[in-house]
Amino acid sequence: MLNAKDKVFQNLHGFQEPFIEGALQRGSWSNTKEILSKNQNDIIELVKSSQLRGRGGAGFSTGLKWSFMPKDTGKQHYLVVNADESEPGTCKDREIIRNDPHTLVEGCLIASYAIQASKCYIYIRGEYHYEYVQLEKAIEEAYNRGYIGKNACGSGFDFDLYVHRGAGAYICGEETALLESLEGKKGQPRLKPPFPAGVGLYGMPTTINNVESIAVVPTILRRGPDWFKSIGAENNTGTKIFCISGNVNKPCTVEEEMGIPLKELVEKHCHGVEGGWDNLKAIVPGGSSTPMLPKNICESVLMNFDDLKANGSGLGTAGVIVVNQNNDIAEVIERFAHFYKHESCGQCTPCREGTGWMHRMMQRLVRGEISPEQIELLENVTKQVEGHTICALGDAAAWPIQGLIKNFKSELISKYNKKLKAS
Amino acid sequence: MSGNHPGLSNNFSRSGEKFSWSKDNLKSIKNIISKYPKGREQSAVMPLLYLAQEQNHNWISIECIETIAETLSMPKIRVTEVASFYSMYNTRPVGENLVQICRTSPCWLRGSNKITNTICKETKCEINDTSEDNKFTVVEVECLGACSNGPMIQINNDFFEDLDEDSTKKIINNIKEGKPNIIGSQKGRRSSENA
Repeated sequence: MLNAKDKVFQNLHGFQEPFIEGALQRGSWSNTKEILSKNQNDIIELVKSSQLRGRGGAGFSTGLKWSFMPKDTGKQHYLVVNADESEPGTCKDREIIRNDPHTLVEGCLIASYAIQASKCYIYIRGEYHYEYVQLEKAIEEAYNRGYIGKNACGSGFDFDLYVHRGAGAYICGEETALLESLEGKKGQPRLKPPFPAGVGLYGMPTTINNVESIAVVPTILRRGPDWFKSIGAENNTGTKIFCISGNVNKPCTVEEEMGIPLKELVEKHCHGVEGGWDNLKAIVPGGSSTPMLPKNICESVLMNFDDLKANGSGLGTAGVIVVNQNNDIAEVIERFAHFYKHESCGQCTPCREGTGWMHRMMQRLVRGEISPEQIELLENVTKQVEGHTICALGDAAAWPIQGLIKNFKSELISKYNKKLKAS
Repeated sequence: MSGNHPGLSNNFSRSGEKFSWSKDNLKSIKNIISKYPKGREQSAVMPLLYLAQEQNHNWISIECIETIAETLSMPKIRVTEVASFYSMYNTRPVGENLVQICRTSPCWLRGSNKITNTICKETKCEINDTSEDNKFTVVEVECLGACSNGPMIQINNDFFEDLDEDSTKKIINNIKEGKPNIIGSQKGRRSSENA
């Protein structure tokens, strides 16, 4: 279990003052000028050596991503922070933004300095209105105290930070769709290459990072990469915010050691599964896009990138959705299918059409109207969508259904047989 | 398509009244445009749609779109495209209180269906309807990002979390009677701690 002193987000649940007075007490802004006196490459190297992996889902090395930015181009560089938290099961960035916003504001300054970006946009999902107000207030405080703006923290670095509100489109959490949206267009993903580090926002070099990835950077630089690496395992380092929802006794959001056993997370922090551990059906470990894990894997799997991958799923955004025996697992996935159908941007045919097909078949599957042959057809459709679209939404729509069929096929077939008998 | 709430995705319509920016909004617009680089004023279309919606009783009429297009020197079709793509721009009039019920799996596992039934009963609305007194419009939406506090709903800007049938009923009745509501958790949680 993570020591209290190792928590990056001391005010994750908002029991302390969220704004500047509280933030200063928690150590934010304490030696930012000193950090900004380091060479930009040195900061990138430090973040690289901490083995911080992006917290938005893909798990790519944050320091390595920063190193892809071109140097001294004379062009305007941008940092864009993805606060469009919309993956079902995920509600971690919300807590950072409303309860400890200065960790994010300071992180934006330091990360922007490292990639030579004098401007940064935070793209926050539209529904988070309260969080938007909290964030704007923290930014205003930072400007008023000279922490950001001209000559930020007395470092000689000029830095501006803006907030842009989304308006209810999941797809804008995809980084290039987010850039389109920020440019005032429909949020439809761009083809890559060119990658944003070369051609990003307004055609300029851009890095896009998740809120949590950016907000942990000041603490990593303050306490050192070795401290961060001492938590968790090789290549799966540091602390991580987990959001647990669904059939647990006490759903919660908690910062823990990367790699905490899933069972411990559920038993200790959520006081167990509703109806007891034996009443567990399956767990979706990393937000709706990651395939579910059956109970036998939940017994021992570790909540980090590599162990979840080895077990056929992924850490994703660490949105843990627990499903017990009292609920129909097929309907859980049918609701995800509805979600993806609703959120497909409509640009690529396999996704636009496929998400509709998959949802309609899932509806019939919930009713027990799909024969074993048709289950195979459904699986085939998911394979036709997966990997055939510009962005990963098509994959994300396909994987939960594949996970369902992989783990519960015999149950789905007996559902059909039962219905057949009844009619 | 990402699109609007099923019931709110009717074609755009005219309100029949000219839409021109309020004085305060004209000031805000200047501020908003200054956030984006010169020549990239189109970036301001989303914030301007929010402003227009607020000024226009919570919906976007064709007149709003025309005014935004003029303000930002954009083709009308580009503004229309954006307004129709994002679900938070209401393309038809809605009631004073837009009640959005999260229906996605994490909330559903904790009983969002019961919340939907309670709300429909208390507001006398079907899903996607507006009540006769224009007090409520009720819609079901996809994940609102408060999963550890499900089931939850959003009414206008405010989240109401950790709901059950009783607390939901109380929230709706308070609105009917003009009484204030506690925003956030209805079970006394500060945020999403395990209490």
